[in-house]
This record gives sequence, structure tokens and C-alpha cells, in this order.
Amino acid sequence: MFVCVLSCFCVRVSRPPVCQPYSHGAMNLSGPHPSYPQQYGVQPSMQQMTNQMSGMQVGSGPLTSAGPGYAPPPSSEPPISAAYSAAAPPSYTQAPHPVSGAPSQPPPPSEPAAPQPYYDGPPPSQQQPFPSSAPPPSQPFPSSSPYSGPPPSSQPRAPAVSRQQSFPPGPPPPVQQTFPNSAPPPVSQALYSGPPPSSQPGPFPPTFASPAQYPAAQPPSQPGPPHFHSGPPPQCPMPPPSMSQQQANPLPPGPMQQPPQPGMQGGYPTQQNGAFGQPRGPQPGYAGPQYPGQQNYGAGPAPTPAPTQKRLDPDSIPSPQASELPAVQKFRHRIDPDAIPSPIQVIEDDRANKSSEPFTTGVKGQTPPLVTTNFQVKDQGNASPRFVRCTAYNIPCTADMAKQSQVPLAAVIKPLAMLPPDETRPYVVDHGEAGPIRCNRCKAYMCPYMQFIEGGRRFQCGFCSCVTDVPPHYFQHLDHTGKRVDCCDRPELSLGSYEFVATVDYCKNNKLPQPPSFIFFIDVSYNAVKSGMVNIVCQELKTLLDYLPRENPEADSVVRVGFVTYNKVLHFYNVKSSLAQPQMMVVSDVSDMFLPLLDGFLVNVNDSRVVIESLLDQIPEMFADTRETETVFGPVIQAGLEALKAADCAGKLFLFHSSLPIAEAPGKLKNREDKKLVGTDKEKSLIQPQSGFYSNLSKECVAQGCCVDLFLFPNQYVDVATLGVVPVSTGGSVYKYTYFQAEMDRERFLNDLRRDVQKPMGFDAVMRVRTSTGIRATDFFGSFFMSNTTDVELAGLDCDKTVTVEFRHDDKLSEDTGALMQCAVLYTSCSGQRRLRVHNMAVNCCSQLADLYRNCETDTIINFFSKYAYRSLLNTPTKTVRDTLVNQCAQILACYRKNCASPSSAGQLILPECMKLLPVYLNCVLKSDVLQPGADVSVDDRAYLRQLLSCMDVSESHVFFYPRLLPLVKLDGGSLPMAVRNSEERLSKGGVYLLETGLYLFLWVGANAQQELLSNIFGTPTFSQIDPNMTSLPELDNPFSQRLREIIDSFRSQRSRYMKLMVVKQEDKAELIFKHFLCEDKSASGGASYVDFLCHMHKEIRQLLS
Amino acid sequence: MATYQEFIQQNEDRDGVRFSWNLWPSSRLEATRLVVPVSCLFTPLKERPDLPPVQYEPVLCSRANCKAVLNPLCQVDYRAKIWACNFCFQRNPFPPSYAGISDVNQPAELMPQFSTIEYIVQRSPPNPLIFLYVVDTCLEEEDLQALKESLQMSLSLLPPNALVGLITFGRMVQVHELSCEGIAKSYVFRGTKELSSKQIQEMLGLTNPSASGPQGRPAAPQDPAVTCRFLQPVHKVDMNLTDLLGELQRDPWPVPQGKRPLRSTGIALSIAVGLLEGTFPNTGARVMMFMGGPPTQGPGMVVGDELKTPIRSWHDITKDNARHLKKATKYYDALANRAAVNGHSIDIYACALDQTGLLEMKCLSNLTGGHIAMGDSFNTSLFKQTFQRVFSKDHNGEFRMAFGGTLEVKASRELKVSGAIGPCVSLNTKGPCISENEVGVGGTTQWKICSLSPSTTLALYFEVVNQHNAPIPQGGRGAVQFVTQYQHSNTQRRIRVTTVARNWADAQSQIQHIESSFDQEASAVIMARLGVFRAESEEGPDVLRWLDRQLIRLFMFHLRRSPFLQVFNNSPDECSYYRHHFVRQDLTQSLIMIQPILYSYSFHGPPEPVLLDSGSILPDRILLMDTFFQLVIYHGETIAQWRKAGYQEQPEYENFKHLLVAPVDDAQEILQTRFPMPRYIDTEHGGSQARFLLSKVNPSQTHNNLYSWGQETGAPILTDDVSLQVFMDHLKKLAVSSAA
Repeated sequence: MFVCVLSCFCVRVSRPPVCQPYSHGAMNLSGPHPSYPQQYGVQPSMQQMTNQMSGMQVGSGPLTSAGPGYAPPPSSEPPISAAYSAAAPPSYTQAPHPVSGAPSQPPPPSEPAAPQPYYDGPPPSQQQPFPSSAPPPSQPFPSSSPYSGPPPSSQPRAPAVSRQQSFPPGPPPPVQQTFPNSAPPPVSQALYSGPPPSSQPGPFPPTFASPAQYPAAQPPSQPGPPHFHSGPPPQCPMPPPSMSQQQANPLPPGPMQQPPQPGMQGGYPTQQNGAFGQPRGPQPGYAGPQYPGQQNYGAGPAPTPAPTQKRLDPDSIPSPQASELPAVQKFRHRIDPDAIPSPIQVIEDDRANKSSEPFTTGVKGQTPPLVTTNFQVKDQGNASPRFVRCTAYNIPCTADMAKQSQVPLAAVIKPLAMLPPDETRPYVVDHGEAGPIRCNRCKAYMCPYMQFIEGGRRFQCGFCSCVTDVPPHYFQHLDHTGKRVDCCDRPELSLGSYEFVATVDYCKNNKLPQPPSFIFFIDVSYNAVKSGMVNIVCQELKTLLDYLPRENPEADSVVRVGFVTYNKVLHFYNVKSSLAQPQMMVVSDVSDMFLPLLDGFLVNVNDSRVVIESLLDQIPEMFADTRETETVFGPVIQAGLEALKAADCAGKLFLFHSSLPIAEAPGKLKNREDKKLVGTDKEKSLIQPQSGFYSNLSKECVAQGCCVDLFLFPNQYVDVATLGVVPVSTGGSVYKYTYFQAEMDRERFLNDLRRDVQKPMGFDAVMRVRTSTGIRATDFFGSFFMSNTTDVELAGLDCDKTVTVEFRHDDKLSEDTGALMQCAVLYTSCSGQRRLRVHNMAVNCCSQLADLYRNCETDTIINFFSKYAYRSLLNTPTKTVRDTLVNQCAQILACYRKNCASPSSAGQLILPECMKLLPVYLNCVLKSDVLQPGADVSVDDRAYLRQLLSCMDVSESHVFFYPRLLPLVKLDGGSLPMAVRNSEERLSKGGVYLLETGLYLFLWVGANAQQELLSNIFGTPTFSQIDPNMTSLPELDNPFSQRLREIIDSFRSQRSRYMKLMVVKQEDKAELIFKHFLCEDKSASGGASYVDFLCHMHKEIRQLLS
Repeated sequence: MATYQEFIQQNEDRDGVRFSWNLWPSSRLEATRLVVPVSCLFTPLKERPDLPPVQYEPVLCSRANCKAVLNPLCQVDYRAKIWACNFCFQRNPFPPSYAGISDVNQPAELMPQFSTIEYIVQRSPPNPLIFLYVVDTCLEEEDLQALKESLQMSLSLLPPNALVGLITFGRMVQVHELSCEGIAKSYVFRGTKELSSKQIQEMLGLTNPSASGPQGRPAAPQDPAVTCRFLQPVHKVDMNLTDLLGELQRDPWPVPQGKRPLRSTGIALSIAVGLLEGTFPNTGARVMMFMGGPPTQGPGMVVGDELKTPIRSWHDITKDNARHLKKATKYYDALANRAAVNGHSIDIYACALDQTGLLEMKCLSNLTGGHIAMGDSFNTSLFKQTFQRVFSKDHNGEFRMAFGGTLEVKASRELKVSGAIGPCVSLNTKGPCISENEVGVGGTTQWKICSLSPSTTLALYFEVVNQHNAPIPQGGRGAVQFVTQYQHSNTQRRIRVTTVARNWADAQSQIQHIESSFDQEASAVIMARLGVFRAESEEGPDVLRWLDRQLIRLFMFHLRRSPFLQVFNNSPDECSYYRHHFVRQDLTQSLIMIQPILYSYSFHGPPEPVLLDSGSILPDRILLMDTFFQLVIYHGETIAQWRKAGYQEQPEYENFKHLLVAPVDDAQEILQTRFPMPRYIDTEHGGSQARFLLSKVNPSQTHNNLYSWGQETGAPILTDDVSLQVFMDHLKKLAVSSAA
């Protein structure tokens, strides 16, 4: 278990083995953190503050002592500490100078420019939303002010630096207090009043604004000025490091940046800042009554300090911080980012410990290796983690316990997951004409948990305990242990995952299914043609059709294909093999869609190859001069549905669509994008579908087994939230290529398309999760449709789709038997066979909370939480959703602290080992574009991401929330370089980094990158000659280049979607986008930094405990 | 002029007019006593090879509500250059171009032999002919193949500049775009959904928002790029269309056991009508619909797709059991009227063993002047030749079809126009000479005849309105002028004017004259038309009773038994079909329809016409019966035996061979010219097809009176129908008693 003491901030590793890596185990994070409480809760009175402060100090004392004792810092960390001390000083000294320069210069010009382009016009409007929220904060301000202090503005910084040095730790508390009082309100306002006008709404507005962009910055800025004036200014521990960064990047990620921004804000239209600030979800989320919100974040600046801390840590932390500025700064300083749980470290440890041995699934209740670890799985009776991952592998025996812990009980199931080549596909079992053998009562399928009794004549169900006769043809004798003799020969008796051949009873209408069909619908309106999409699709289909999914690689695919083009009318094509030329049939009656032809619409590719090719050649020509800009959408899906109905088969529709369907037809949509609603209670109306039409349509689609995949090529708002309804309900996917340009996005689109067409999938599927008596599957997340509470209906289910299932107690469980879960998916394979795939999973039950906390998987919990939160947005204001998330996590952690951790100071943040990354990951979820959209995040983007996440597996959600950042140093050898944490301060100006987000790949090039490195990668030694628009790296004949491209390829192959490569040069405009993914930093949209958030969590937990 | 017979013949040859009376009773009272009204059969485009059209336009009476055309009956003052209208007596100056006129230098229209004259209108732009094929694809493979071949063949018969279009239908309706290269393109419509004309045009992309003028004048014709997609000149798309037709597939939708294929005939037609309406209003166009079965879905459906529900019979109709009848009829009526308003005609070529819904759809052709052809299969010469004959040409190499005709009738004051019966619709033109007493399609002086052929004949009914106390001076003449404007098949706009006059006669003093001027044949046909017209709208027996009351003449016996009035033994479709043809054919053909012709061939002499009587059916005769719709060659018992024995093969019996061939040759001759092609039946004594003959002949011998007649003469007919003899006896009795 991992203990982190915050606010006094010591991080202590309570559990030896694990904690060792975090040598700091007990780290003293400088006391400053009183600011946190303040930040998060303005309420805290001065007294509280002081108390905290004192507590901190106290805490720190012991901690430090403990630290050493605990763990001789293992490899990485120890050095760090050393580094700190060493590095810090220099930075400091340096810092001052730059700082002074920086403050004045950088802020105004550089920043404004940069942010503007990136965030466009919205800023002003955005600010407004904040103002509303702002008022409350302002009030709290006064009190909090002391801490909020972290001077964001450049000016403040400079002073700060000096201050730090000058003022020792001791004084800080008092100083802070004073500062806060004086600094925050009046002075700052006055000073900044000029610029702030934008923020005018309230004296505090600036604070709001600042939060948005750089939460910390603003609050600080305001206070800052006062500070300055007051005198303490000089001190500033932070500045030095930041300074350098600042200079380098006008938009500094860390604390440094913040300062400049504030300054800038003040100087320029504050609005911009406002823009940033507003986006910050944090405020609303955190802002609750408790925290003034922004201010808290204002504390955020803390992160920046972190870097400095590294260096400074050893010496400076205690004293300077305290002495320095108001709390805020101090806090920052005191928390050493390296002292808080590092995802990288966890990942590396897991990899080191678990990748060598195959993971055997035979042991109940065992936590599998992390998704980031490469490991082999041996199925010994439980489903492989590639199919099923649980949030907890020891589940509480009682509902009370579960409720107390608040740990969600959920399984993330990927029923048709692809397995690596060295693992065997689930075996196919045929139980003959009578079909699979099942329990008489609960209908669970034969599995290793069935207990054979009476000499093998009957078996008792492991789920419901009902006894069922064994059919004669299935009878087998038992051995002396009570196991069937043929146990090992039968997959269903020995493995966790296998398939049954389904009989006709399992088929729709009691008729064996037809092979599925694929129908391609190509938008041929003006925009689609002009963007080059039509041409690309048609060209690609000519070859792609040879790769339709098949089960037997030797045989031709039995999937039939059909083609339709459309704008505001639909054009069907008859491509019957006997025709010399394809025939086009236009259906203009879109109000009442029907299928105009039967014979010749769905054809076998090989039979009709000539006609199809001729068609695909002609489509781009035919519509090259089109002037039609309007499109329909609903009728398109209806047409596909009708086609499948007519052919009496399941299938998949591929829609290549470009624009909001405004043509007169069912499912017509209007442009309802209204950014003013973002952040308000009406925000959910942007996320909900516009009309019920599509949900009704999707019901029909599901009934027919019609899965819809949507490829969007929008140039403007297309209402993804509504268009995505059918794909999402039918197990399909939505792909979005905004501002599609043939040259730039061709590769990404084609790779997505290829994969989407080729991937193995099942059709017309029904999934049912059965569980032991005592728990029950109560909620499901993913792309599917449910007409009742138990059956998950999936028109299509591909190998990438995940269903997350939440379980609840409805009775007690027994520690002896554990809990069983069986997920059965009935589907039609791509060759038209009806199959049943069964995954079994047994977990332990525990009566001790400690067992629960010891066997959790944070990645899975995050997967569940994010899905839960994203879905809640439909009905709940974003702020509430965020609060709920924070609250639940706090409860989880508080429960642990209360029940499992050894008693310790309240100032200590103690985290369970398995969940020590919960705060950082949760922060990433909270900061995601969906929950905390920045000004540049369109409504469509959010809807898109929201839908995307709903069917992500753990591995994808992990990288989605916590991107992988690889330093590209030595690439020799087969292993990857060790990732670094997602923070700007981890980036070296002289380095090149690869960032994988699951959707994009960024290649970040430092301004001072070595020429050799650049030559190796780009073929040019000059930084300025690197083309930031390149989407693929030049193929250079050197090992480094080759290896890098290999890595990129392998990354891409691991994801279900092709990741576009973007080259980001340091200080380039595009860097803003890149920085958005540095999720440990404060985000431009107002997301808290890791450190800030951790403090916030800590405060929450403490509140719960007290 | 020697006899009335010659006079009548001459008039018919020259003007295409036959009046029921050639002397007109001069008062209303007398006229009504004559039972048969003053009326005529008029064949507007009667072929007149000897009549060259004049290259100028007619001179019209300047009175606004008269506008009669200058004609030989007008009084002309050559010196004053003034002519007096013979209808309204308005005096009109000649136009400047007639300055050189004198009694020796007369324009053609003043010469008596030009009582019928044709003008070519120069100013109107030439409009291409339009042929829109509407093809049912729910056919047996064999049928479809035959139909495709016929259609492909027809392309070579069309004038090269004619526009042609193709709509196919089955469960769906497809409008084929003909202009595109590469991919064959078509617009598809659901077969069950009724669309307004505007919607159809929108869906076909024919609306041009910017071009529609304030008066709603369709802009389409000015925009060939738009219209050409569906209607293309034959010479341009010849190959394309041939291929397209060649690739035409049977309707691919599966037809479950026990079901009829779904046929969206109603929608297909409405789309055809809508398409033309939007693109070529008031331009001659033919919608040619080929159908292989009844409409089974959507508006206009005649029967459901369940095979267990048979299509309506007369029985169902009288019992009011025909579910779809009224709705469908109403639907097609509306369509027909729309087409007629725009001058488009609709042909129906229905080939199926069962009924196809002609009863409901007859209006489409009846009102628009379209053809109806009925056959068993598209793969029969009956259909193929009938279809081919649609495109037959006259001696000038021009099509025997004309479009967009309007017929206007002007009459002297004493005469009012009661109405017309024929393939026409009223144009609702008010004028001074409209009778309040409506007969047929009345209340107007103008009728629209969307499609005309040289044989198209209308029956026109007049009323004498002169009061008894205002006698017309001796020698007074009443005049009637027929003005027919139409679009010639060579795209010219033409006007044919026929002006005729008859003497008034005082019925009291000149009753014999009037009697002798009676045209029995014309009257028969005219009254029969009236009967048919009534039969369409009234109950059968009522019509018979009405007819019996009106007329007592020989032909009536056959008319009573004909399918035109008698529905027994004929399906509703057949009746519709027969009636359709009856109301448009000329007098000769109409008479054949009423009283079939029977020729007898024997060794005893040259072929001779014989009585249509069972007594004519003798063992050693070959009979050739022409009912217009059927040509029956009937071999008597002996002849049949000889033929079976193969005597005709033996050289010594060459005369027998000749005898066998003679009726066949004669039949061929009839087959060559008749439209529609009659059903050709070769049968013999005892053959099943002999019923066609037996049902027509007068049953003078039946099983009831078999033994009272000599065995040698004729063949008995098994029927309860009364024979002519009985009928006549009965009539005589009635005539006497009613006279009393």
C-alpha cells in the first residue's frame, strides 16, 4: 500500500515491497499545502488554515524521518532526490534573471497570439459562463486568498523567487495569511483592472478566467500584484525553472507558464485567459460550495513548482516555501511530483514483475497483470483478462461492505477479443442436435463450475445450485476426486472461454441464418466529392472487397456486398454479375424509404467483380460535377435496413457521410450547436439526440441484426450526438475525420476502413451475463441496445467492442464459494454460423475490506468510472457528474484509510497500493474533453469522444486518459525506452518525444534537439526545416529511423483505430494541442494538475474522515 | 344524284359524314316523333388521298361567338369582297390576301368539291411526337421476351425525331433515364404510394424553381437538358434503349405460392401522366402501356394479390361484391382526365389469360383516344401485329395517327348540338348552339380527341329546335360545320374543316321524303352507340328495354345479343374492350360488330354471304365469320372429315385444296387491314372453338324445335335464347299493340 501524506505532504509507502520504488515513501511535501484546503474549500477559516499549516509541519517532521527508514529509494527515485538538491539551486539562481525579463515581455504578446489561434473566438463568451460561477469564489476569496496567492503573473513570479530565497519556511504561515488578506482582492483588482475588464464581472472574475486557462495563474496574478507591492515579492522559489521554460515556450506548461499567462491576461484581453479559464471544468466541478474553485486551482500553479521542487527539494522545500509567498506557492514547492505515485513507475514495475511468467487463470481472485504489460495467458478455467477484466477480484460478501467501500463491482468484457498468435482461440464445442447443455433453472451453460454428482449422472449448477440430469450422450464417469474423467478433453469443463455450436433453436425464427451482408453507402454530395472522400472510398473498395471477413482464410468470404450512393436522394446499384454495366436506381421518395431492387443488389464479390469495379470507377466521375449540398441520413439507414430485411440476413452498413442532414426527410436535423449552453444545466441537451427518430430506427436495426458503422467527414457541426445514435445502439462504430483532406488524412481513414471492414465480428448477437446467486448484473455500458434488463442485444459485435457490466449485491455471498460470472454471447459468425461464446470468471469473496483493496485493478475502475460518468452526462449537469466522481473516489480512499490503513496523522494521504494511481487517473478523466471541454472542443468532438469511450476496453481507456510519452533516445534493442510522465517538465528541450494518446501520435521535437537526432529522424539537421505538416516520417536508412518507424507501426497495430502522426515542434502553435495531452499538468481548459488534484483529493478524504 | 344510297355513299367518301336522316324535319315536335334523332357519324380524319392540304390558314367569321370558317355555302359578294357567314349571317370582309378574288378566281374553300378542306397552320412550332412505353415486368419469361422484341422492333418504326421514354413496373415503378452513358440509370418509385404530379416531378428532378413563370407555365419544354433525361429522340438513344430493353429483367421480387405478382400499374400510369404533364403539356404524346395482368397493389388495384380471391366477375359487380371496382375506376378516371386535359393519349395492351382490369381502366383509353388491345399473350401474332399496326403508315409514308385534336361543331340556328359519343372529352366550350337536351358527352361545342386515326369516328347528336309555328321556307337548308384541329404525325399543326348542309322538310307534308332519306345503317350504329353509352352507366336490362322501346329493326336482334349490351358470357373486361372499339370504329366496322358477316364456301359456286343463322351451318360448307374481333373459319362436318383424311394432299383433289385455301386467303386479307388484329380461329364441326360461331348465329334450330325442322338443314344450337323468328313474331305483335 502506498501512503501519501499530503498537505503536510509526506508520501509514505506503507507497504514495503511496493513502496520501495517510491522511496520517498514518506516524503515531505512541503507544508505549503494549506493552500489546498483553501483552494478547494474557501470555507476553511483562517484558523483552519493555520491548523493545517501546523499539521503539515508536524506531518512533515515524522515523515522525513520515516522516509529514510522506509525505503532506501530504489533505483530511480533516490537519484532524483539528489538531483533535486543539486539542480534546484542552479535553477533558482538562474531563474531570477529570466524571470524578470520574462514577466514583462513574454506574457502579453506571445501568449495572446498563441492562445487565440488555438482557441479561436470563443474566449469572451466562455468567460461569461465562468463569471456566473465566479461570484461564489470571489467571496471565499478573501479568506482563501492567502493561499491562492501563487502569483501567476510574471511579475509576481519574479518577486516570488526572490521571496523564496529570502524567506525561510518558518515564517510562511503567517506571511501567507497576511498576504492572502491583503493581496487577493482589492489590490489585485485595481492593478489589473485595466486589462481585466473582460473579467470584469466581479473583482474575482480574473480568478475565474485564470482557472480556465491556467487556473493557478489568475488567482495568483491578482494576489500577485498586491504581493509585489506589499514587498515580499522578491521571494519566489518557482520562478527560476519556470523561467527557463517560459522563455522557451511562450505557453509554458508548468507553473511558469501560468505566471506569464496571468500577466498576459492582465495585459491583454483577459478574455483569452478567461477562455481558458472557463473551459476549466474544474471550477464547476470543484467549485462547489467548498472550494472557491479556481482559486483552488490557482493553487494549481503548484504543479509548476513541482519541477523546481525536484531540484530544490532536499533543502529548500521546508523553509523557502513557508517563508515565501502565500501558501500557494509554498504548497507547490512542497509537493514533489516525483514523490507522488507515478503511473510510469507502476507500469514499469508491473512489467518487470509479471511479463516473464505466463499468467494462468486457474487461481481464483488473482489480479492479472496490467494492460500495459506484455504477458501470455494460459486459460485454466477462467476467462483470459483479454476477454474479461474486473474492477475487483475479491468482492465483498455483503452489500453493506460493498456500499461502504464504494468500490465499483464491474467487469469489462470484450467477448470477441483478438488473441495474440501464441494463444489459442476459444475451442468450438458441439453438443449435438440438442444444443449446448445447460442448467435447467438458470440456463447457465456447461462450464468448469458445474459440479457433477451421483456418479456423473447429474450436475449441480455453480450459479444457482439447481441439479440437472446429464443427458445420456454426455454422460461420463467421475474419477476419485469427483471430476469427470474427460474433464481435460472437454474445453467446456476445463477452460474459461470456449464456443458452442448453436442449434436452430438459437436462431431467429428457428431458421439457420444467412451469411451476413455488407452495404456501403457513400455520400456524394458536394462536400464529400470535393474533399476527395468519394474518390478515395471508391478506389479503396476495389481492393478492400477481397478482404472481407472470413473464418477460414483459405476460402472466399461468403459476405455479400451492396452499394448505394446518396445526397438528398438515394442511388442503389444493381451489380448483378450478368450485367454488362451496373444499373443505377434512384429513389427520390426519401420520406418513405424502400428497397428498389432485390436481385443484383447484394452480390458475391467474386461473381460480380467486373461490374463492381466498373461501378466504383464510375461513381466518382458521375458525381464529379455535382452541385447538390444537401444530404439525408435517416433514409439511408432505413434503406440498408430494408435491404437486409429483404435479404433476410444480418449485416453491416458502412456510411460515409459528410454533413448535417438538412434535406427534407425523416431524421432531418437542425443545427443546434450552441456553445453558450456549455457549462450550464442545459448542456445535456447538446449531448442528447435531437429526436427520437434515430432511437426508434435503431430498435428496428437491432431486431434485424443491422449494424451501422459511420464514417464522418464534417466541415462543420454535424450533430454527432444524434447521428451516432444508431451506430452506438447497433454495436457499430463512429469514425470522425474533421476537415478531411485527401492528402493529409487519407492514410488514417483508409487504415481505419480496412481494419473496420476486415475485422472479425459477429452479427445479430445477444449477450447475457449470469452470476452466482447473491449478485446480479445491473447495469451495462457499451454500444448495444437493451429491450429488457438482462439481454444485451448487439446487431453487430466486433473484436474491439467492449461491454462493461456493473454488478450489485442482491444477497450475501459466501467466502467459500466465491462469485461466479458467465457471459454468453450468441452470435452469427461472418460465415453465417450461429455460435455461442462463453466466458467464465470466478472471483473470491471477502469479508475483510483489506482483501478487497488488495485485489483491485485501478485501470478497470477508471474504465468503469469514465463510462459511468460519460453516460451520466445525458441526464446530469457536468458539474454534478464531476462532483460525484470525485466524491466516490474520495469515499473509496477514505474507506480504506479508515478501515485498512494503520493509524497515522490526518495530514497523511494514505492510498492503497492497488489504487495509488486512482487520483491521477481520475484527474485525467475529469480533465478529459468530455467532462471539461476547452474552448476549442466542439460539441461534436465531445459527443464523438463520449461515444468512443463507451466501448473501449481497459487498455484503450488507459492510454486514452493517460497517454504514453516516450523519450526517443536510444532506440537500439528490441525494448522500448521507458516512458516518462505526462508533464511538460519531463520534456527536455534537447529531446524528441513520442506521445501516444490512442487517437493520435505526436512527435514532439525540442527546440534544441541534437542535429544528429534530427537527421536520423527527419533527414534534416535543422530544427527549422522540419515540416510540421508531415504525417509520416521519411524512410531513412538508419537504424534509428527504422526502429522509430517500427515503434510507430507497432503502436498503431495495437489500437483499433489508426493514429495519425503529428509532428509538433517546440514553441510551434500546434504545441498547444500536444500539451493538452500532458495530463499531469494543469490543462488549458482548467483541469487541475496532478499535484493539485491530489491535494484536493486529500482534502476531500480528510473531510470524509473527520 | 340518283338514289339516296349513292348520295349517302358520296357524302361519306367526301366528308366522312353519315346522317341518320338526310332530310331534316323542320320542327322540334316532328323531329322528336321520329324517334331516331337527327344525328351523324363523323370521321374527322377520314383518309382523303385526293385532298392536298392548303398552305394557308382559314378565314374566320368575325363574330366573336361564331368564328365559323369560310366555306362553299357562304354567300360571297365578289365585288365588295365580302362574304356572309352561313351560320350567323354576319357579313365579313375578306382579308387583304384575298384581294384578287373573283367568281372565276376562287380560293379552294369556296369550291363546292372542297366541302372538306385541310389547312396547315404555319405559325405553331413543330412538336415532336412522344411515345412513352410503360412496361409491366411481371410476365412469364417467354412473354417478356416477346414483348421486349416487339418493343425493340417498334423503335425502328418510330419517326427518328420522335421522343421516346420508358417506364417499367412491377412491385416498383422505374422511370428510366435514357441520356446517360455507362451506367443505366432509373428512378424508382414505390408501387403503393400515390404521389401528386408535383411530387413526381420533384422526385424526378424535373422542377426548375427558377424557371417557372408567374403563370405557372411549365418551363420544362424549354429546358431540353432536363426533359431529355427521360424522353429522348429515338435516333439518339436507339442503341441505348435497345440494350436497355434487352437487359430488362422480370420483376425480381419473389412471388410466394398462392399469390399474384405485385403489379403497380396505377402508380406507373400516374407517373407516366405526371411526367408528361410536367414536361410536355398540350403536346401530342402516347403513353403505351403493356400489361400482363391486373393491377394488384397501390391505388388503382383491381384485385388483391391472393390468388384465392378471383378477379371480379359480372356476378360480383351486380352483387356489389367487387371491392376495388369503384375506387379503381375513380382513380383511373381521374388519371384519364388529367391526361386528356394535356392532350396525351393512353394505349393499353393487355395480354393475359385472365382479366386484367380493363373494366376499371377503360377510361384511360376511351377518354384519351388511346387504343386497347387485348390478347392472351405477348407472344402471339395477335399482339405483335396489332402493335405493329399502331405504327402503320399511309400512302404518303406518314403515320396513321394524329394527336391533340379538338373538334368543334357549328350548326345553323335551327339546330343545336346535344352531344357526342366517341373517344373524346368535353372541352366545356359554351356557345350559342348547345342543346339543353344532353346526349352522350354534351354541354359543349368542342371536344378534345387526344389521339385520332383515320378511322376514328364520333357520333354526334343534334336537336332540331325550330318551333312548329315558325316554318322554314321551302328549300331552306340547315348546315353543320366541323372544325378539327390536330397535330399531324409529321408534327404539323393542321385544321380540317368540313361543312355540310341538308334540306329541311315538313314532316307532315313530306313524310315520305323524310322516310326515304333515312340511313338505316348509320341510324343503327348511332343508336347502338347511344345504347352502349347508356350501358356503361346504367343497368343492362334497362338499356335493353330502352332500346326495345326506341327501335324495332332487324339489326336490333343481333345488337341485343352482342357483347356491347349483353354481358352474359363475357367478362367485364371483354365487354369494356368490345365497347371501347364499338364507339370509335367507322360505320362499316361498327356494322360488322353488330351483325357479324358470314360467308359460305362450297363446291357449288363462288363464296357467298349467307344468313347468320344456324341454318347456314351445313356439313359440306366452309364458313368464314367476321365479327370484327374474331375471324372464324368453320369447316362443316364433311369437309372436316375430308380434310382429316388428307384429300387435299392428293393431286386429284386439288379443287378441294383450293376450296380449303379460299377462306384462309380471304381471312388474311381482312387480317391485313384490321386494327386491332382480330382473333383468328380455324375450327371445324364439333371443335371446341366452334362455339364462337355457334354463339353468334340466329338459333333458328335449337334443341327445343330440333325435330320440327329437317335434319339436313343446318345445325341445332343448344340455347334458350329466342330465335329471330320468335323475336320477329313477338315484335310484330308488340308493334301492333303499341300502335293502338
